[in-house]
Amino acid sequence: MTGKLTLGPIVYHWEAEEKRDFYARIADEAPVDTVYVGEVICSKRTPFFDAHMPEVIERLERGGKQVVLASLSEVVIRRERNMMADFCAIDSHEIELNNTAGLFDIDGRAHRIGPLMNVYNERTLGWLAGKGASHVTLPVEVPRAVVGEMARAADALGVGCEVQVFGRASLAVSARCYHARAHKRTKDNCQFVCEKDPDGMPLSTVNGQSFLTVNGIQTLSHSYVDLSGEIDEMVNMGIGHFRIMPQQADMVAVAGIYADRIAGRRDGEETAARLAALKLAAPLSNGFWHGREGHRRFGPRAA
Amino acid sequence: MKRPELVCPAGTPAALRTAVDAGADAVYCGFQNATNARNFPGLNFTPAEMEQGVAYAHARGAKVLLAVNSFPTAGRFDLWREAVDAGARFGVDALIVADIGVAAYAAEAHPDLRLHLSVQAAASSPEAIRYYVREFGVRRVVLPRILTVSEIKDVKKEIPCEIETFIFGNHGLMVEGRCSLTNYVTGLSTNMDGVCSPAAQVHYDKEADGSVATRLGDFTIDRFGAGEQAGYPTICKGRYHAAGREDAYYAFEEPISLNLATLLPQLMAAGVEAFKIEGRQRSRAYVRQVVGAFRGAVDQVLAGEDPELADLVALTEGQKQTQGAAGSKKWR
Repeated sequence: MTGKLTLGPIVYHWEAEEKRDFYARIADEAPVDTVYVGEVICSKRTPFFDAHMPEVIERLERGGKQVVLASLSEVVIRRERNMMADFCAIDSHEIELNNTAGLFDIDGRAHRIGPLMNVYNERTLGWLAGKGASHVTLPVEVPRAVVGEMARAADALGVGCEVQVFGRASLAVSARCYHARAHKRTKDNCQFVCEKDPDGMPLSTVNGQSFLTVNGIQTLSHSYVDLSGEIDEMVNMGIGHFRIMPQQADMVAVAGIYADRIAGRRDGEETAARLAALKLAAPLSNGFWHGREGHRRFGPRAA
Repeated sequence: MKRPELVCPAGTPAALRTAVDAGADAVYCGFQNATNARNFPGLNFTPAEMEQGVAYAHARGAKVLLAVNSFPTAGRFDLWREAVDAGARFGVDALIVADIGVAAYAAEAHPDLRLHLSVQAAASSPEAIRYYVREFGVRRVVLPRILTVSEIKDVKKEIPCEIETFIFGNHGLMVEGRCSLTNYVTGLSTNMDGVCSPAAQVHYDKEADGSVATRLGDFTIDRFGAGEQAGYPTICKGRYHAAGREDAYYAFEEPISLNLATLLPQLMAAGVEAFKIEGRQRSRAYVRQVVGAFRGAVDQVLAGEDPELADLVALTEGQKQTQGAAGSKKWR
């Protein structure tokens, strides 16, 4: 089986028009098999794009993409609880859950498990599969050895297994909105300041070293994860799905580069050169894969 | 009013005895390995110490809650299974778990042993809590530190299990069980290894002007002037630069301590069954003082008296303290 390329949900607060145009281009030009669509980070953002959802989904499907709907990751207040319950009632599309509240609501019906859920071992995966999970995207921090074990477990369970290979790593979520805090506001009166940072708000250390990226309640890495050099190994392990995350970059080009790598049309060296030519906004990292500091970049023969 | 349990930290056997003697209704502790979320050097229990600790606590009417609350990675599950089995064998009063696989194993292998849902599971809605109750028979949830008192009261009405809330101690800002900041910087994971800002990678760099930069791995977390006390470099308590902010600022939270002492009567009225004091890494003197003060305050509220809270407030004297999310929605 050839590996599938997937496009994860847009985690930043892009303007509705920009999102619509982005997905139109993805539908027409990007060689991705599956597109995850939906607001994962902030329940307050959803009204802006809800009206465009049916059109975007239809456009992607006309472009031959499978559309999977992604859920919120934080479910606390009544509005979010209701949103999750409604989300779990969707039967027109596959859905991906990113919060345990969804596991309650879904009550045994088919679903996918997103990368913000804590699925670190075969027993947890086995339990979830027994309750309807058909597909899992592993947490971004798991190292190579764990990916291998999970791929094997997923295969035995007949569950799809996916790994993020491109884009910033989600490092933490919180109940507090750090975008609002940066602008001396609170979550309730944020005035959607996160919209001004379509690739997140950079945080640097007091020495001026780039460090983290704030996206509302989410904290991401500064670096973009890049596992293009590890794809062969993952294919051998039995990983069948490779996720790229939308950034402020030419994502059609990024998709093309990864699709060529997965299909074996380009080797690791050519792939690295093509990624470098895109002049991405942040350095690339693969430390988590090596069981090391996530921000670091290791070469093909590094331990 | 129900008598709430005072659940106290026991990072070491000595701290366990101190907490029990100071009036803890229950202590929580873990083994010396990655199975618990405070896997710090010099902390935690050997199996023999755990067995003795349980005997000491039980002889004095106190409970022992065993934290097996990190997330086993594939291929390493045996270590967590052994911790669960050892806890059952030693007669601990409950297991505190976060991972679904660990919860499923414990529920199946030891159906009579109480399960508490760790804060690391981040069950922040009645639905999430009810999931763990429905699937694994969880009897108590340790609530994430993100809810207001009135929200806790509402949650209480919708769930068929007990509630434990943090009342005092270190105040983490990220959703527990969903933070990989330490791993990004150090290569050690909070979820997988039970590690947060490990001391082995902490550096205090003295600059020419006498200021001190505190560093974790390759990243400077904060800088302090010549006369200032340099704080421990925890990533979510550091100062950083952002566009539009003139100076480095606490992008997540100030180095601040949670203290819900003044909310104690309200929390008890809301039906909270247990209050948790954070601090398995703290000294015996600290444990004695904090546990003793909260013991007094809880008993006074139960007796219908106004609790003397001055002692509790003084515990964080010189340090900033907060009611965190419990006080107001504006925290968010």
